Amino acid sequence: MLRQFWIAYLTITRKEIMRFTRIWVQTIFPPVVMVALYFIIFGNLIGQRIGQMDGMSYIDFIMPGLVMMSIITNSYANVVSSFYGAKYSRHIEEMQVAPVPNLVILLGFVTGGVARGISVGFAVTLVSLFFTEFSVHNSLIVLLVALLTSSLFSMAGLINAIFANSFDDISIVPTFVLTPLTYLGGIFYSIKLLPEIWQQVSLANPILYMVNSFRFGFRGTSDIDLATALLVILGFNAVLFIVSLFLLQRGVGIRQ
Amino acid sequence: MFALEIENLKKTYASGLQALRGIDLSVEQGDFFALLGPNGAGKSTCIGIISGLVNKTGGSVRIFGHSIDDQFLLAKSMLGSVPQEFNFNTFEPVEEIIINQAGYYGVPARVARQETERYLKQLGLWQHRRSQARRLSGGMKRRLMIARALVHKPRLLILDEPTAGVDIELRRSMWDFLETINQQGTTIILTTHYLEEAERMCRNVAIIDEGSIIQNSSMPALLQQLNSETFVLYLRHEIERVPELPSFDQIELLDRNSIEVEVPESLTINDLIGELESQHIVVQRMRNKVNRLEELFVKMTAKSDRSSFA
Repeated sequence: MLRQFWIAYLTITRKEIMRFTRIWVQTIFPPVVMVALYFIIFGNLIGQRIGQMDGMSYIDFIMPGLVMMSIITNSYANVVSSFYGAKYSRHIEEMQVAPVPNLVILLGFVTGGVARGISVGFAVTLVSLFFTEFSVHNSLIVLLVALLTSSLFSMAGLINAIFANSFDDISIVPTFVLTPLTYLGGIFYSIKLLPEIWQQVSLANPILYMVNSFRFGFRGTSDIDLATALLVILGFNAVLFIVSLFLLQRGVGIRQ
Repeated sequence: MFALEIENLKKTYASGLQALRGIDLSVEQGDFFALLGPNGAGKSTCIGIISGLVNKTGGSVRIFGHSIDDQFLLAKSMLGSVPQEFNFNTFEPVEEIIINQAGYYGVPARVARQETERYLKQLGLWQHRRSQARRLSGGMKRRLMIARALVHKPRLLILDEPTAGVDIELRRSMWDFLETINQQGTTIILTTHYLEEAERMCRNVAIIDEGSIIQNSSMPALLQQLNSETFVLYLRHEIERVPELPSFDQIELLDRNSIEVEVPESLTINDLIGELESQHIVVQRMRNKVNRLEELFVKMTAKSDRSSFA
């Protein structure tokens, strides 16, 4: 039975990876171009006037955040569009009629989202080498935070897709929730620059913990205690995992 | 052993629609079984529950003795289903759709490729294996869904309108294919609006209407219930009015060269021809107005509110 589930998991994962690699011009290339523009405008042009931030050049400061932003948006976008597409054209039924446990479906889609998030993150890191020197303070932390963040946003994308009833519904959350939280998540500034009250408000933004722990992995500095940040990310992962699995078990949005 | 056992199966949708009102149904292993009913009768809901696409409200379903509630993974592994509507990713190549489906059932890649090749060749799709599914014709898409449903070698195959929109030549080749699959041991449950198809292939039949089973018997036993058949007769010479045939009271003049006559069970075609000949009317050709099962089906499920489009 375990071998059967393993084959099913590999099939879903392979299918998901094939899906985004087949259309790499739409999935991998645009975020790389966009982040390159961020590096040119905010890093090179404006960044030189800003000077140092947290004891490093501005472009070095924003680099981990920009990579993290790519990981977040792409892991989310992969699963929300893939799962909603499968629901919309009803080929999700291929998995529903087969003896595939919901846990395997969840892991397959999440692995696909993680694969795209990490692929784009890696490509963006390569682009960053044109603008900044490559240095990693703790590669284990970089890898761990990248994996946990992409899995977290893959599950968030899945939940969005489960409740979505139209293609508009899958763009509302990224536009009105994800993008503002990402921009306010400490990618472009240290929260130490904010007034005390806004520093406290910023702590309610989960993306702040991801960006800062990721920056710690690259640069060795963070506005947030690393252990706290990792606990928050793990906690969100656990909650979204339980919610996603519960929704799949209940057949919300996919079974009448 | 039963391939499928359904007891007191109920489904009420969130809208309040009672699609199934507690149906009982058993299909024996190896059977070719027809599940018939008018549109909205509950057939697709029933198939949806068996396949795991619809949540039931009550009752039980067992596939080869395995409950879809407690042993759903085992039950599902024995089932292949061909739904009424196309439900594959139309942007994927044909071959990939089938190999992936095999993967969901835990079939190793090498075996999946072999089985895919086998079924694509048998169903005449091998030359289209690398085409995106959206480029296939309607008939090819139906065959693709049959190949996909068979790739893991299910013991029970459910076909929901498998020949809808398929031309007659292709439909006949699909009948031959399904009969071969059935002879090799696969139990088949078929829903169709082509009653000729059900009459030709199925040994047993259930008719479902408004969420209840109104008939469940062998096909010959069902057809014996037909107490009359209507024939269309094509005449060699033109006639002006409806001929007077003492033994037959349901006669209609369709045009000057053809009449329609209802022949009760107590009389024979010879009786009819004899009475026509006595009036010097020569019958050139004749045919059933509709096939026998269709005639019975219409009588059993006839409802005043369905008789018009209004």
